[in-house]
Amino acid sequence: MEELALHLLDLYENSRAAGARCIWVNIDEDTTEDRLTVMVDDDGPGMDEQMRASVADAFVTTRKTRRVGLGLPLLAQACEQSDGYLKVTAAPRGGTRVVAVFQHSHVDRPPLGDMGGTLAIIVATNPHLDLVYHHCYNGQECVFDTRRMREELDDLPINHPQVVKWVRDTYRTSIQDLRGGEI
Amino acid sequence: MKSLEELREIKDRVKEDIRVRQGQDEARIVVGMGTCGIAAGARDALESILDELNKRRLKAVVTQTGCVGICSREPLVDVFMPGQPRVTYGEVSPSRARQIVAQHVANGNVISEWALNVSESREE
Ligand SMILES: Nc1ncnc2c1ncn2[C@@H]1O[C@H](COP(=O)(O)OP(=O)(O)O)[C@@H](O)[C@H]1O
Ligand SMILES: [Mg+2]
Repeated sequence: MEELALHLLDLYENSRAAGARCIWVNIDEDTTEDRLTVMVDDDGPGMDEQMRASVADAFVTTRKTRRVGLGLPLLAQACEQSDGYLKVTAAPRGGTRVVAVFQHSHVDRPPLGDMGGTLAIIVATNPHLDLVYHHCYNGQECVFDTRRMREELDDLPINHPQVVKWVRDTYRTSIQDLRGGEI
Repeated sequence: MKSLEELREIKDRVKEDIRVRQGQDEARIVVGMGTCGIAAGARDALESILDELNKRRLKAVVTQTGCVGICSREPLVDVFMPGQPRVTYGEVSPSRARQIVAQHVANGNVISEWALNVSESREE
């Protein structure tokens, strides 16, 4: 997976498949601490202790078997290659919390990628779910919140093509601006 | 959140913008968004599908699904036209995605060359 934005799409799919209704994403980039953290919480059924433990070290232990998932081990690998780690815990609101930590400046850290594109796809294909996305770069913040969008749009669905286009264009630009032009 | 007033403008502008084909059920398009699908380019395929639908002012329900076990043929796209059996397309690049909308969704012409055999596609 070449972009963090694609890993996020993958984490989103996990939450959606588990039956979550709302997904909270927090991306925090701190270049002074040289750290990039992606945290995804959902309000789904969560995972039991054993499951959490096994998805967490699937990358180390179970390459030969196939029944283990692919997504979380791939993300764990990306984290570990850039001097970070992956942690799966219970989310404070119930559900699952996935925390992926990277060394920001590490050569092997995947680039953020097309986050506007990821947000647009999520909104286009999941109009009945909510997503609250906070992206913080050295203290500056960019927010995307489908609940706020619904308030503005009344009965116009949030997956209307013009709305999806707005999401893509607006957030491609504003996340790039937030990060000083870097992709 | 930035420029929420732009959303209000969109709302006023598009109220009756999209041509709805009256009395007809909508087409349904399902894109595989499991890890293998995403890694193979499903996001870009989906973006092309949305763009082509938009350009042609076609209405369709587009949803995502997880891994269905045909990872080697990802990205996978299912097309359900009203009253027709499902057609599953494999290795859907952005340009294939546009063709699928232009030929199959817009005009009902299945592109058999890119469709998986019935035996390859999954059970419902
Ligand atoms: N947000 C979540 N809520 C509940 N269960 C989850 C969540 N994320 C992952 N899981 C469980 O962990 C398993 C492994 O996830 P993953 O590595 O992404 O592989 P896959 O999605 O292909 O199964 C999933 O099959 C699911 O059972
Ligand atoms: Mg997964």
